[in-house]
Amino acid sequence: MNKSKLCVMDGAVLSMPKPWIRLSVRHLDFFYAGTQVLKEVSLDIRDSQVTAIIGPSGCGKSTLLRVFNRIYDAYEGQEARGEVLLDDENILTPNYPINRLRGKVGMVFQRPVPFPMSIYENIAFGIRHHERPSRSELDDRVEMALSSAALWGEVNGKLQQSALSLSGGQQQRLCIARAIAVRPEVILMDEPTSALDPISTMRIEELISELKEDYTIVIVTHNMQQAARVSDQTAYMYLGELIEIDQTDKIFLNPKKQQTADYVTGRFG
Amino acid sequence: MRGTPHLIIVSSNIKTIARPALAEEKYHSKKPDRSQFDARADRIFRWFVAGAATLVLVVLAASGVSMLWGGRLAFETFGWHFLFSSDWDAVNKNFGAFVPVYGTLVSATIAMLVAVPVSFGIAFFLTEVAPYWLRTPVAAAVELLAGVPSIIYGMWGLFVFVPFMADNVLPWVNENLGELPWIGALFQGPPLGIGMLTAGIVLAIMVIPFISSIMRDVFLSVPRGLKESAYSLGATTWEVVWDIVLPYTRTAVVGGIFLGLGRALGETMAVTFVLGNAHQLSASLLMPGNSIAATIANEFTEADSDIYLSSLVALGFLLFVVTFVVLVIARLMLRSTAAEGGRA
Amino acid sequence: MNPALRPYFLRRKIFDRAAKLLSLGAVVFALFWLIWILGVTLAHGLMALKPSLLNQMTPPPGEDGGLANALFGSLSMSFLAILIAAPIGIAAGTYLAETSRRRLWCETVRFVNDILLSAPSIILGLFVYTLLVRPFGHFSGWAGAIALALIALPVIVRTTDEMLRLVPDAMREAALSLGIPQWKLTTHVLYRAALPGIVTGVMLALARISGETAPLLFTALNNQYWSMDLGAPLASVPVVIFQYAMSPYEEWHALAWAGAFVITLLVLVLSLIARAVVAKNRVSNE
Repeated sequence: MNKSKLCVMDGAVLSMPKPWIRLSVRHLDFFYAGTQVLKEVSLDIRDSQVTAIIGPSGCGKSTLLRVFNRIYDAYEGQEARGEVLLDDENILTPNYPINRLRGKVGMVFQRPVPFPMSIYENIAFGIRHHERPSRSELDDRVEMALSSAALWGEVNGKLQQSALSLSGGQQQRLCIARAIAVRPEVILMDEPTSALDPISTMRIEELISELKEDYTIVIVTHNMQQAARVSDQTAYMYLGELIEIDQTDKIFLNPKKQQTADYVTGRFG
Repeated sequence: MRGTPHLIIVSSNIKTIARPALAEEKYHSKKPDRSQFDARADRIFRWFVAGAATLVLVVLAASGVSMLWGGRLAFETFGWHFLFSSDWDAVNKNFGAFVPVYGTLVSATIAMLVAVPVSFGIAFFLTEVAPYWLRTPVAAAVELLAGVPSIIYGMWGLFVFVPFMADNVLPWVNENLGELPWIGALFQGPPLGIGMLTAGIVLAIMVIPFISSIMRDVFLSVPRGLKESAYSLGATTWEVVWDIVLPYTRTAVVGGIFLGLGRALGETMAVTFVLGNAHQLSASLLMPGNSIAATIANEFTEADSDIYLSSLVALGFLLFVVTFVVLVIARLMLRSTAAEGGRA
Repeated sequence: MNPALRPYFLRRKIFDRAAKLLSLGAVVFALFWLIWILGVTLAHGLMALKPSLLNQMTPPPGEDGGLANALFGSLSMSFLAILIAAPIGIAAGTYLAETSRRRLWCETVRFVNDILLSAPSIILGLFVYTLLVRPFGHFSGWAGAIALALIALPVIVRTTDEMLRLVPDAMREAALSLGIPQWKLTTHVLYRAALPGIVTGVMLALARISGETAPLLFTALNNQYWSMDLGAPLASVPVVIFQYAMSPYEEWHALAWAGAFVITLLVLVLSLIARAVVAKNRVSNE
């Protein structure tokens, strides 16, 4: 698993090394039908951390997120220029194998979208595409994914039921389990709780805290309090530009830029 | 492990640390990289579906071309005269399209005169007047009319409706409307039952469900705020529909009417049974006549000469052109309206 | 209220009442025909129903018989037509719904498809005649099946297109973000999600071609004997009805009604099932 190693000497923990950088964005521009919506964005996403991207509507945070797994490729007229380095390879180059990228970088969406299959099949579908596991291996993987998403207890025994029979919060956790099942390195989350009730939201936020030990998580949220709750690092964007990125408590308590301060204190937005 | 130092050099100069070797359990059963295979499969898939879509275009173009080709003998022989000649002589091999064209146009016109107001009434009823529980069943029943195959209309028309018209309606029409000045000539004639009027009515019934369902869809798409502000000013239901809804949906309504017209023009079986298949021209609607589709359907197997066959195909080409134009107009008017369905 | 205005308001009220009454009349008018037509078909058809329909052939004039050869011909040609039209139609509908590029081309194809949908079927029959009958010199069941396939095709294209577009984009993105390629996403996820709708489209197409007569006149013609040879003229129920109804023979009329009854029943059942499937699908999507 992707754990960062602690620095240990004589049994004592010396320091937590700063986690290494998983994704690096360099001078990213994004165009939507000719209009530039991301301007010269550069930032680093660190491993085993939750990075939150916040900002008012239309600031480009979802657009930025969607560059990380090149999901914008499916649409005409959307173009990214610049560099996004994953494992020292620029994923924006035209011949970068996209399906391999998406095997490494998973995504969870705003609205839960379970596939029209059984709960088991939803999870197994992705695994089967990339790998050729035996039946028992597959069963284990499905169980692991569902457990990691804190859903196993609730669905064990009814795995063959349609995924659509689950509640909204359960469906979203299913989508998270589905994303984890293919063992990505990074998980992107685009406002994952905005369509859910507060209790489901809370459970998913707990889940995120557990998941970050094994995965790198980037979460876009319009809910500042959520960003403050779950993330280690927060990036503030406005009108397509990255205004400031820093550790979460610094952004909220002591931001360097006035613009950031205005937004997080609610003076504007 | 306790006591054993695991020193890892951490420095801000080094951007990435050598990652620990990941437990290999997850890659035991990993398939070789699928990217190449998937990319090729995607390409083949895209070509296949694109080809299927192109086939649709090809079919339309080819059908038009093939009829033009099949009719060329007739067009070459008769020229423009073909359109205006009311001859139809298999023996002397002299054919003209005027009678079938006239019959097609007249029967379609009668159909529209009846169908449009009735369809509007149905749409009005279903969107504004009917209680909610009644709306879906009635709408479903009306749409059932659209599903009834044309030959069933033909059977009912010939065996039931025609005698009914001949015995009950047409004598009355002949006596009362036939005496009126000017338009009386339209309504004079022996009560045969078969004829333009009967055919027009049958066509109207066939076409009503199409027009009314489009009108209904479009009426329902009018923004509620628009209607509510009219109601709050004290407008009656009728006034809201006539003064607000109808002008707002004007284009789509006309589009729906054209769609119905397109259907009425091309209808074959129902008309064949009740129009009479007589190659004669008369002013009266009570007299039998002929339509393009009915002529082709009836005489195709009897066509014993090349010019006969070519004339029939030429008629088909005329029908193709006329319905194509009408349908294009209809679809253009229905574009980007609720009646079209799908995403905007 | 100003008493001078009272007659004005009264007139508006009368207009409104009259309009509502007339609209009810319009609905009654339409339903009247529906009940009359269906009732007559059912009544005459039921009277003419006999077991001999299934085991006897279409008879010579003036004799009793059945519709066995016509039923076989209709069934086999319709089945073939759907077999041909469904894959092509579903593929074309998939293209329209899933291609994000070449917007203009997609719009053109959709437009043309809609034209074909409403085009008179006699035209498609003439087209297949020119293509498959004239060059070979004889009518055939294959030509009939192809003509029916051309009529079914636009229906299937349109419903597949619309049903696939109903599937939310997020589902596509969810599958893509797992690394699933487009072909697999379409076949394993989208078709499964839209399956009720697509099947409905096929059923509606089948209902549509069941009653088609004109195109068969120029392609499969008719055959009064039992034949399983699709390379030769083949009987079909609608054509038999056409021939028999226009004749002066009572026995033939009865058989025509029986055929009409069978077709109407089939079309009604298919339409009702299709409607039920669509209603259920709409509920589960919301």
